[in-house]
Amino acid sequence: MRRFGKRQAAAAEPAMDKDANYSSQWRLIYVRFKKHKLARISLVVLALLYAGALFAQFLAPYGLENYDSKYVNAPPMKLRFVDAEGKFHIQPFVYGLKSGRDPETMRKVFTSDTEKKYSLQFFVKGEKYKFLGLVPSSTHLIGVKEPGRLFLLGTDALGRDLFSRILLGSQVSLSIPLVGVGISFVLGLIIGGASGYFGGWLDAVIQRVIEIIRSFPTLPLWMALSAAIPPRIPVVRMYFYIVIIFAFIEWTGLARVVRGKFISLKNEDYVVAAKIAGVSDTKIIVKHLLPGFISYLVVATTLAIPGMILAETAMSFLGLGIRSPATSWGVLLQEAQKIDNIALYPWKIIPLGTVILTVLTFNFLGDGLRDAADPYKR
Amino acid sequence: MAKPILEIKNLNKEFKVKSKKALFAKPASVRVLQDISFHLMEGETLSIVGESGCGKTTLGRCIVRGMNASSGEVVYRTEVGESVDFLKLKGAESKRFRKDIQMIFQDPYSSLSPRMSVFDIISEPLIANFKLPKAEVERKVAAIAEKTGLNVSYLKRYPHAFSGGQRQRIAIARALITQPRLIVCDEAVSALDVSIQAQIINLLKDLQEQYKITYIFISHDLSIVENISDRVAVMHLGKVVEMAGVDSMFKQPRHPYTEALLSAVPQPDPDLKKERIVLEGEVPNPANPPSGCHFHPRCGYKTERCVKEVPALREIGDNHMAACHYAEQLTLRGAKHERGTSDEQ
Amino acid sequence: MTAETVQPQQPLLRVQDLKIRIQMDNGVMNAVDGVDFEIRKGKTLGLVGESGCGKSLTSRALIGINPKECETSGTIAYRSSQEPEAKGEALDLLALDPNGRKIRSIRGRKIAMIFQEPMTAFSPMYTIGNQIMEAILIHRTKNKKEAKKLALEMLGKVGISDQEKRFDQYPHEFSGGMRQRAMISMALSCNPELLIADEPTTALDVTIQAQVLELMKRLQQEFGMAILLVTHDLGIIAEMCDEVAVMYLGKIVEQAPMKEIFRNPKHPYTKGLLRSMPRLGGNKAKRLESIEGSVPIPVNMPPMCGFYDRCKDRIEGVCNRQSVPATQISDTHTVRCFLYSDQKGGQ
Repeated sequence: MRRFGKRQAAAAEPAMDKDANYSSQWRLIYVRFKKHKLARISLVVLALLYAGALFAQFLAPYGLENYDSKYVNAPPMKLRFVDAEGKFHIQPFVYGLKSGRDPETMRKVFTSDTEKKYSLQFFVKGEKYKFLGLVPSSTHLIGVKEPGRLFLLGTDALGRDLFSRILLGSQVSLSIPLVGVGISFVLGLIIGGASGYFGGWLDAVIQRVIEIIRSFPTLPLWMALSAAIPPRIPVVRMYFYIVIIFAFIEWTGLARVVRGKFISLKNEDYVVAAKIAGVSDTKIIVKHLLPGFISYLVVATTLAIPGMILAETAMSFLGLGIRSPATSWGVLLQEAQKIDNIALYPWKIIPLGTVILTVLTFNFLGDGLRDAADPYKR
Repeated sequence: MAKPILEIKNLNKEFKVKSKKALFAKPASVRVLQDISFHLMEGETLSIVGESGCGKTTLGRCIVRGMNASSGEVVYRTEVGESVDFLKLKGAESKRFRKDIQMIFQDPYSSLSPRMSVFDIISEPLIANFKLPKAEVERKVAAIAEKTGLNVSYLKRYPHAFSGGQRQRIAIARALITQPRLIVCDEAVSALDVSIQAQIINLLKDLQEQYKITYIFISHDLSIVENISDRVAVMHLGKVVEMAGVDSMFKQPRHPYTEALLSAVPQPDPDLKKERIVLEGEVPNPANPPSGCHFHPRCGYKTERCVKEVPALREIGDNHMAACHYAEQLTLRGAKHERGTSDEQ
Repeated sequence: MTAETVQPQQPLLRVQDLKIRIQMDNGVMNAVDGVDFEIRKGKTLGLVGESGCGKSLTSRALIGINPKECETSGTIAYRSSQEPEAKGEALDLLALDPNGRKIRSIRGRKIAMIFQEPMTAFSPMYTIGNQIMEAILIHRTKNKKEAKKLALEMLGKVGISDQEKRFDQYPHEFSGGMRQRAMISMALSCNPELLIADEPTTALDVTIQAQVLELMKRLQQEFGMAILLVTHDLGIIAEMCDEVAVMYLGKIVEQAPMKEIFRNPKHPYTKGLLRSMPRLGGNKAKRLESIEGSVPIPVNMPPMCGFYDRCKDRIEGVCNRQSVPATQISDTHTVRCFLYSDQKGGQ
């Protein structure tokens, strides 16, 4: 009897777990996001990528300016545990490189020099850098003793370590989109919000401006804008200019999302109800409209990031964006422009893999967020 | 002797419709409300009925200023007897009176913000209109929740934890919290199931009795309208075509449109003998209304005169108004049907 | 229930023990929980109940158009009197592959359906005429000219004047009532034996609703099809149906001929429903009687009467301890309530 009484009370409750009844929007979004496996994995991968970018100087064995003409276009080295004699070493090591010439093509080739063995070492002293741009340091996570060299992913035409350059390049390639989207987020929110809320002629003007900006073909626009950047300026300033170029184009898309949501929410019954109840306009915007679409905006922003990563890569690839000695993934891919380069030195295409990985994970993450963004869908 | 709490004078609402023919063509306008005038006594329920597109929802929204009327006046008489044009109030003035006129919406799902807890939803009008200490707000919300049949311990929940009927109770609590004198109910029970509908109608009636609230009850369901109202206004294509006390109108309607509406209601009683008047054709397009009496294309009693001459809304007698040239001559059938075999359930 | 083999006229459709279960986050929802009913040739069965009672899912299960999440079991025996289905042989619709050729030849051709919102039933990309013709071309004739003639004829039958012009218009050019007529004409274009109408007039105004109901009655006489009318409106039931099944929480709680339901309702829910409906010409001063509480969601329900919490006549220790069997109180009247049952198990 008692048993039934209890169960019956449970059945009379709306069928949701108790928590959900008390859950706010963000909690519901979080619960739904957690169910999206791919998005969760992507989040972890992205966290790793960004951690890599943040600690790039420390993680990379070499710095940006380090090059060695002895090791031009050297192939990736293998980390070994077993040496040529079949002896096992607990500490991984690499063989030195011997350069020679291919007797037929007279091309320079590298072979492993089994005589020279360099153990992989941790926390080695190397080039000086400023950790996080502040703390001077010269400790690198991994490295080998001089005169040995560690080229985990090979070198480029100037003998620079590709692995280090990918890590260092990610600082630019992963942060430009974030900063750019951040700026366009603010621009889009303000301009799109004004357009949607006030309507009328302001809306018309803003919409026409957006249409005009969006109708520019992007490639010539980039070219024109980057031509306006004076050559030989400090890397930091160039970086700043490029972010502005991106934000200038990108905010239009976000502004449209904001405007559309604003307009549709403005006519929702519960917003009208608040208006009738005498709630002030500012309060309506802050309490009803903003929370209503902020989740969508987060989704739109997340999905805008991969586009920017690709844009930065493309610009640098074309030589319009970041220029050597500063580096980004696009700059690295410049070397992969020539087909014979790829045919002879296939490792030079590796930066492409990191680009694809990043873009995909951002997209998966955005997908997961989009599915979770509207927890009230019935 | 009750005094009118609200007087609506020549209320008009036009919508601009963009012409698709030319880019810079002058926008055409559709008159959704045409010279609506009526008054509302304190404590009574006036129902506004009509088919979709007749303008009843627009009328409700214009009265509460959820929408701006194109012209006309909504004169509100306060408790102390001042008269103000509710539509022309601005700023602090509007704040003073807005709390007196509230609204309940049709869809209890879209009328509650899913992002606010029930407590926040109910207390919102209170906080917007009065400066009250927190404890006082909490006390008032709890009191009103109890009145509307909500479990006080559920106030911290979010709307998605509630069923349609409970949500409508929340909406009613929100409308009541400022102690309004007039509530516009826009199809407030249409989205609810029959068994829940009855609960909410009873609740509205109880609240009216207790607080002397005046209702404008917008509905398309004549059975409910008969049950709840004191007076009824029938709207057709932006105009009031008939207005009378509910008994007078349902017993003997004076406009053929009302007669047709009444006869079209399906009755849950197989023993009623009915001759249904099935109207031909569709509701005319308000952008392009018919000449003369707007109802003439569907009217079974039309004459030459109806096609040419627009009938005015006029007093037929006994507080009964109708806009039909032949209101006096026609004998129209009301809602009292003859029963074939009489038996009680 | 017992002598079904010797009955002279077999029902067109017999649904037995239909169950639809939906897996939810927090358990299994028994959306439809053991429904039995019969539809006889040329008759109208009304399935009435409030939202969430499973009436729509039941009607959709008949032609297998529920979404994949619905686990459906039971039998739906369909006995066609038309060729080419062998006479007298019943066909279990539920056993057919839901995407197979057989069910498709029945769906639309023998069993047609109309929905609440006709806009969703028509593709906005094709003209109305085109879509009606398509239905005819699939099921009735291969000749385009003949198909068009039939389509125009059908449009005329549902009271659409100026058919030639209307034939070439798109769904958005039709008004709501017009679209519902067009959908009926499409559904009836293949002369089905059973028409399933799921809230066919709920989206329409009363005057238009009256037109459509009249039309359905007239066409039923003309075509002789059976109708399964799903609705929440008892008024429509009183006008249209021969038989009524009242559903509550996935179960049919009462089933009887229409007049019997209105004159002599047995189940507390049916009684409550009838009392809580305001009716024209009713006593105004009287308060409406309402059913207290709200419909529970049937997730992880223990075996008990679903109406227990809201029932005025509940018997504690009986109604909340076991599932309620259906009791036959007369030849045609079945009710699922312990008040009328001898088997108050455990008592």
